[in-house]
Amino acid sequence: MIAYLARISVKSVVTLFAIVTVTFIATRLSGNPIDTFLGDGLTAEGRAELIRYFQLDGTLWQQYVAFLRGVVSGEFGLSFVDRRPVTQVVGERLWASGQLLLASVTLTILVAIPLGILAAIYRKSWIGSAVMTVAFAGYAVPSFILAILMVLVFSYWLNWLPVVGNGSFLHFIMPTIAMSGVLVAALTRFTRNAMLDVLGQDFIRTARAKGLSEARVVLRHGLGNAGVTVISVIGLQVAGLAAAGSVVVESIFSWPGIGQLLVNAALIRDYPVLQFGVITVAVAVVAINALTDVAYALADPRIRLARS
Amino acid sequence: MMQMGALEQPILSVRDLRVTFGDTVAVKGLSFDIHRGETLALVGESGSGKSATALSILRLVERDGGQIAGGSIRLGGDRPADITTLPPAALRALRGDRVAMVFQEPMTSLNPVMTVGAQMGETLALHRGLRGRPAREAARTALERVKIPEPQRRLDQYPHELSGGLRQRVMIAMALICEPDVLIADEPTTALDVTTQAEILRLIAELQQDMGMAVLFITHDLGIVAEIADRVMVLKDGVKLEEGFTANLFATPKADYTRQLMAASPRLGEGAPAPLDKAETVLEVRGLTTRYGGGMLSRTPATTAVQDVSIRLGRGETLGLVGESGCGKSTLARSIMRLVEPHSGSIKLLGTRIDGLSRAALKPHRAHVQMVFQDPYASLNPHMAIRDAVTEPAFLHRMVGQSDRRALALDLLQRVGLPADAIDRYPHQFSGGQRQRICIARALSVQPRIIVADEAVSALDVSNARRITDLLAEIQQRDGVSMLFISHDIAVVERVSHRIAVMLKGEIVETGPTDRILNDPQHPYTRKLLAAVPRLDPAATPDAARPRVPVPT
Repeated sequence: MIAYLARISVKSVVTLFAIVTVTFIATRLSGNPIDTFLGDGLTAEGRAELIRYFQLDGTLWQQYVAFLRGVVSGEFGLSFVDRRPVTQVVGERLWASGQLLLASVTLTILVAIPLGILAAIYRKSWIGSAVMTVAFAGYAVPSFILAILMVLVFSYWLNWLPVVGNGSFLHFIMPTIAMSGVLVAALTRFTRNAMLDVLGQDFIRTARAKGLSEARVVLRHGLGNAGVTVISVIGLQVAGLAAAGSVVVESIFSWPGIGQLLVNAALIRDYPVLQFGVITVAVAVVAINALTDVAYALADPRIRLARS
Repeated sequence: MMQMGALEQPILSVRDLRVTFGDTVAVKGLSFDIHRGETLALVGESGSGKSATALSILRLVERDGGQIAGGSIRLGGDRPADITTLPPAALRALRGDRVAMVFQEPMTSLNPVMTVGAQMGETLALHRGLRGRPAREAARTALERVKIPEPQRRLDQYPHELSGGLRQRVMIAMALICEPDVLIADEPTTALDVTTQAEILRLIAELQQDMGMAVLFITHDLGIVAEIADRVMVLKDGVKLEEGFTANLFATPKADYTRQLMAASPRLGEGAPAPLDKAETVLEVRGLTTRYGGGMLSRTPATTAVQDVSIRLGRGETLGLVGESGCGKSTLARSIMRLVEPHSGSIKLLGTRIDGLSRAALKPHRAHVQMVFQDPYASLNPHMAIRDAVTEPAFLHRMVGQSDRRALALDLLQRVGLPADAIDRYPHQFSGGQRQRICIARALSVQPRIIVADEAVSALDVSNARRITDLLAEIQQRDGVSMLFISHDIAVVERVSHRIAVMLKGEIVETGPTDRILNDPQHPYTRKLLAAVPRLDPAATPDAARPRVPVPT
């Protein structure tokens, strides 16, 4: 098990290094931030001075080395906009995003797994078809459309729910649902397929031959086995999709999280914030993936014992 | 074996049972009785309706898309019940308690994420209300009863930690844990090696004597019937052809079909092809060793699958390679074809060393050796029409152009005894035996000098297996092709092989002409293999002469 954990750690570090590098290159490809901040009316000397001040005067390679040095020593620089440390700028957004992510993933699991099981058991009746039709439709609707529709109905027409910010429980409802829509659709379909696969196996017949009730056959023997794959999908795909979705959803609902911060930072080319924001999200996703690997191993004795 | 009281009430009584799958009628009005302490063998080929009958008794057939369309299944004893009309709750109370079942595939019939103890505990909690320590005690006792070594430790193990034989013992222990009135065993030894099969058969017979249950034993192997059954029922296309006491039925089979089945069953001493003395050597393997794992990044040490093996194959000769699963016989075949890279040793094919050749240089040589695999269902691409499937190797080796493929396919199908109209059909339209013919036709398409048949008849029922081995022998006679015939069943190997090599744990322990190996085996393992083959003649296997083999640890 220790060797297994070590391998996961090494894998995670390599992934993070790749992400850090790609982030650096991608931000530099999008143009000069100074022109964006200040626009016209700047003298040549003033411009050169600003470029020096923001340490944008070296070659790309020099900037990259300085950037890596910063990453290793934990120095991620100051925001171009308000000259505060980016760790602070991003840090104060972390909790808001974390809350939304947690709420969405929880909602997704609570809705999608029971639906997927139902769809598998009743695959030949109208219940199964209905679930899958809804799931298919959910998969096709982008989160921003769902978000805008909800705002239109529940805020503009009915005036039930607040649109902007994260002040109360009511503020959570629409962003959470908007984030969860696609996730529920994906996880329902996956759970259904995993359950169908397992319910067709020989050991399910053995369980029935013992005289076990249908509920126990499906939940203990069926979900007990399908759960192993469902866990890995929750970790590997749902977490990734949620991170991506948060960028869109947070912008729509002005949710003070990292997604919204990243969009703004990209628009004004605030490199340090953008870089550190992306790194933070990447660390979160990589950490969730690593935890998934561990959970997967714990859930499946074939993996756990082979690697211990 | 038992004293059947003809006057005693049957414990299970099936009357006019009809089972349908959609529009197909699988069982057409079947009636039979089983009494306490009796073993009734249900014999038939795949598709005869024997498994549908077994699953109907537990009403599990409904889960597989079947339906009991008529008839009755009555369970006798103290609490009689008509299974066909039982409500679900009463049916569940009966399953696993009064009627239990052991399935064919021990590798997949246990839940992989639950410990053995937990799976056995479920049955005990359900039918006996036992939980915690008493349940664990009862489970341990049940494992002891099936003679599993270290029962205490097994309770905390998962199925994948056990061998196939041990898993089947666990299945049996689980089925017998509530001391059922009726045990249904659906081909419980088909997936096992002959030596393991002998142990399991013996175990079931002993447990039956101890516990006095009735056993419905489903099989396609008449050798097993002779060994275990008191009475036999022969089934074909869902209809009972014949029923009788085992000894009588073997002595004077009434139905033609029973006689055919008996003729098709492999048995030892049927006569093997005479050895070819001066055949020119087509394949010579020396000191071949193949290892798995153990690389620089590997977490486990290397396992040696094949250890210092030397074999020779003459033109027109068949070498039978026998051994249990996991002994390395498939790895040996794959190493010869360099589908697996051997670690050391030399391979000389038609006078050319092919070990060490690059992939490109190897390609023309590959055409000389073709393989036929065990599972004819998995080894044909379902989306490829037969004309393309059988000519694909020749096409890939550029031995035939696109325009001539059809003509070649027709010729190949004719050579394996398939009708010409098979050419435009797809694999799912054929039976297992026919598919294996298609696989052989595909192997023949490149005019190979050697055919490697890796358990090529193991998945087929006896009649089909017999037809396929006959076909292979015929092809050999006509084309002079050499064969490496790999099987765990020494009786099947005998009828096609000029010579036999016996393999144990990666090494060849004995090689010789077939007659000599059968009549004068030198190695103890060869003797053990021979002893484990079920004899067709029930009179010839009194209890004392049955193989007594130790339980593997």
